[in-house]
Amino acid sequence: MSPKTDRRQASGAAPPRPPADAARADAVRTIATQYVGDRGPLLPILHSVLEHHGYIADDDIPVIAEVLNLSRADVHGVVSFYPDFRRTPPPAVRVVLCRGEACQSVGAEDLYAAARSAAARADDVEVGEVFCLGNCALGPSGVVNGQLRGRLTTADVLAPLHRRQR
Amino acid sequence: MTLIVEPDYGTPAVRGGADARVTIDGREITVPAGTSVLRAAKEAGIDIPKLCATDSLKAFGSCRLCLVEVEGARGTPASCTTPCADGMVVSTQSEQVVEVRRGVMELYLSDHPTSCAGCARGNCEMQDLAHQVGVDTVRYGLGGVSHLAEPADTTNPYFAYEPSACIVCSRCVRACGEIQGTFALTVQGRGFDSRITPGGTDFLSSECVSCGACVQACPTDALTEKSVIDLGMPSRSVLTTCAYCGVGCSFKAEVRGSGSESRVVRMMPWKDGGANEGHSCVKGRFAYGYASHRDRQLHPMVRDTIGEEWRVVSWDEAIRRVAEGFRSLQGRFGAGAIGAISSSRCTNEEVYVVQKMVRAAFGNNNVDTCARVCHSPTGFGLGQAFGTSAGTQDFASVDDCDVILLVGANPTDAHPVFASRMKRRLREGARIIVADPRRIDLVRSPHVEAAHHLPVRPGTNVAFVNAMAHVIVTEGLHDVDFLRERCEDASDYLTFIAGAEHSPEATADVTGIPAEELRAAARLYATGGNAGIYYGLGVTEHSQGSTMVMGLANLAMLTGNLGREGVGVNPLRGQNNVQGSCDMGSFPHELPGYRHVSREDVRAIYDDLWGVRISPHPGLRIPNMFDSAVGGTFKGLFVQGEDIAQSDPNTAHVESALKSMELVVVQDLFLNETARFAHVFLPGTSFLEKDGTFTNAERRINRVRPVMPSPTGKDEWEIVCDIATAMGYPMSYAQPSEIMAEIASTTPTFAGVSFERLDAEGSMQWPVNDAAPHGTPTMHIGQFVRGLGHLATTHYVPTTEVTGHRYPLVLTTGRILSQYNVGAQTRRTANSTWHPQDILEIHPADAEPRGISSGDVVELTSRVGSTHLTAEVSERMPPGVVYTTFHHPVTGANVVTTENSDWATNCPEYKVTAVQVTVVTETVRAAYEESVATATGSVR
Repeated sequence: MSPKTDRRQASGAAPPRPPADAARADAVRTIATQYVGDRGPLLPILHSVLEHHGYIADDDIPVIAEVLNLSRADVHGVVSFYPDFRRTPPPAVRVVLCRGEACQSVGAEDLYAAARSAAARADDVEVGEVFCLGNCALGPSGVVNGQLRGRLTTADVLAPLHRRQR
Repeated sequence: MTLIVEPDYGTPAVRGGADARVTIDGREITVPAGTSVLRAAKEAGIDIPKLCATDSLKAFGSCRLCLVEVEGARGTPASCTTPCADGMVVSTQSEQVVEVRRGVMELYLSDHPTSCAGCARGNCEMQDLAHQVGVDTVRYGLGGVSHLAEPADTTNPYFAYEPSACIVCSRCVRACGEIQGTFALTVQGRGFDSRITPGGTDFLSSECVSCGACVQACPTDALTEKSVIDLGMPSRSVLTTCAYCGVGCSFKAEVRGSGSESRVVRMMPWKDGGANEGHSCVKGRFAYGYASHRDRQLHPMVRDTIGEEWRVVSWDEAIRRVAEGFRSLQGRFGAGAIGAISSSRCTNEEVYVVQKMVRAAFGNNNVDTCARVCHSPTGFGLGQAFGTSAGTQDFASVDDCDVILLVGANPTDAHPVFASRMKRRLREGARIIVADPRRIDLVRSPHVEAAHHLPVRPGTNVAFVNAMAHVIVTEGLHDVDFLRERCEDASDYLTFIAGAEHSPEATADVTGIPAEELRAAARLYATGGNAGIYYGLGVTEHSQGSTMVMGLANLAMLTGNLGREGVGVNPLRGQNNVQGSCDMGSFPHELPGYRHVSREDVRAIYDDLWGVRISPHPGLRIPNMFDSAVGGTFKGLFVQGEDIAQSDPNTAHVESALKSMELVVVQDLFLNETARFAHVFLPGTSFLEKDGTFTNAERRINRVRPVMPSPTGKDEWEIVCDIATAMGYPMSYAQPSEIMAEIASTTPTFAGVSFERLDAEGSMQWPVNDAAPHGTPTMHIGQFVRGLGHLATTHYVPTTEVTGHRYPLVLTTGRILSQYNVGAQTRRTANSTWHPQDILEIHPADAEPRGISSGDVVELTSRVGSTHLTAEVSERMPPGVVYTTFHHPVTGANVVTTENSDWATNCPEYKVTAVQVTVVTETVRAAYEESVATATGSVR
């Protein structure tokens, strides 16, 4: 039989198991360490990891938990609460469209349907939804590759998707 | 007896505070202000429906069922989060409340299995509430999106998670955090997608330590003991006491069937238990299956030589052989040629009769106990300092600690339920100083971080404690008034300790503790408010164990940290009844109540009662017994429930001693390692069959009540009485309560103890006498038991066990959470899932030059022996120190430990052994892994 060590060794005070990507773990640890001592450091850390690495990897969670002296479950719970803390590498094109009432009233639903349908025929793209970006006066609103956009037209939305068409 | 259902008041009791008089549904009740309306209602006899509230957890206010109306307030607030204020008028059953509550309940039921018949528990709080609230149909239908098809998680060996029944009330998440302090559970996602998860993985791979708090807290069938799923719900409860560590948790053994057909369905921690207050750990809660394991021996057996097969015989024949054999040895080799070792696993009553048998029937004082090898220095050291061989506080005292000094103890593994209490206090803001070579969990683990970790090098404790005292005295932080009023003249000690050779700077090279860190820790201990010392075998199991205990007592006296709550000097006792077995006169020099055998007045009490003349000379200690056996003068030994061949140091020496004896009698549940050398085996009883008392680390005497009759046909105290009687000294009791009556009548500290009183009070902490009829939670208030406290001069004498070229590393040993001591019990349960073999922890700096990686099988060698085990490279260890547990006979870690022992008590120096570690060949590795696999397979 293969030796099994006590499972608790992998938790708590013990250092986390070496993640698959040691360089990334070091980078995430560096980010997390910068916020130690701040009040409520977890969300800023997650935002920073997202900014620098595009997503929160499974192996980031024990690293952040260790730095902040939280349980892995604590960190997992927070990460999973916010859909923006994506868990997989982002696609080449990511469009998030507002489907709130104000944008609906200026054609957001048609725009959303068209985008979804274009995305289905493209590779490495993602179309998501959001309910109000606070940009109601300039609807339909959305976020295209991280940039907030107003007065979106079908062309604005479809052009980047079409470029990834199969 | 029927199944005990404890009332649930919904929110915790509020301590103190002004009174608030409230009117709930027309009933008036007065409660401490701040008490929740929910709790006040329950106290007034009004049940408000609730799901997310339970009285072991803080109010959460999420289920929206306990809504009420309050006169003059708007809306329908949740009663669990609404504190009572004087004059409040509450209605729990108004039309609006009933309507809203029914609507909420309908929503719950729309995403919950419809048939209660499919549930293992057969009933749950959900079901009760559906009836109470009056919901029989769900308007929304049951065909919508739901979580009903989610797969169960059955990875934990003891409980299953059935998400379809989960209502996401968060009770489990909060129990894991607030009560256990592990924080292994969380709510994943949000809104409808919210699910309970052990951190996004399965239970077995998670941070869960399987304490069972979540299962206990769950109001539905979502978290359920697998034993309930397999056996069905229990039908009756028996209140009893756990038989693992010295915390002594109270449990309800929940049972199906009666008499010899009784089957334990589950062990539920008892909310009114003085030691545990409703909490448990993986051992007490789940690891009781050994009692019905197929390895359990139920018949007496004999053999003429240890090379022969065992032969089952009648009780009469077995007892006759023991009695005749012992008498014959005494005839040939003298009265002192035989003796007994009593067990800290057995009840006070069982231990008392063993020492009585030795003193009255054997006619000598050759009785010792396994406390010899763990806390004998505690008995001696605290006796010298304070006049009592026991800890000074109750466990609840830690709730008032501002500073905790933890020395040589690892409570999260060895005393988990107390550790949870300690961690709760730390999360409230108390600070902890950890003195331990390892980075144990309390140094840093989720939500807990030590103020100081002092990585004291094994064997240098006294230098460390002297440096602490030196800082306190030379910086003027000591409590001069306390020393003057409460202690003997301490000037010699103060002069001694102020010597520059004790300064942290002078001792840093010896102890390995940076001087500034030690100074900061000493200042914190002396000035941080109430400071409590907690310590374990890392203090006692050294050549200067007794000196170190006195050194800790000195620290407490120097700073006035004695005689009130939140302070004191507290040994964390290893075994369920190690305190009790010492109290009962198990040592060769002491009669019950720690009274020396040379005291004529004390001997007279027993001489008169027993009709014998007790020898005024102390008998043999365990190591003396072994030495005399090898020397040919000690020939017969009765061993009660202790596996000396695995647990005592220097296994080769122990084995040669056992082989030298002509009659070794083992009384145990299993054919343990010691039984390999025995001539007579007497089957013992498990805690589920015992009737008696255990005394825990806080001197709390708890009742142990039988769940089922002894399957061997005899109780253990009865066997001992039979042997004494067969030897010509008639001993008999109708029942164990008569033994306790004899103890109480002869031992002043137990004067007020009886089974009747214990049954009425729940539990009592000795001394129990006229001055303290309900027991004594905190000792030494106003004055010490010995009058004035004694500050002993504590010279540091280095151990002779030193590292060198051949053995360059120091080995120290300890326990792990899931296993217990030699593992005779826990290895015969699913606890081995977590820890199937002993692991050697080694620092990377020591591993790398030896070519050792985690998972390698290594050879561990000391000057007395060598063994094999699997290595884990870990930065928990300091360089130069390796660590392992002693749970598994395949490794038998005590093969390498030495004969060194405490100067005063002979407690073995388990914690310091010079060793070498080397990687083994592929052939040896294969053989080792084969033997682990065989051992694991044979005990499952």
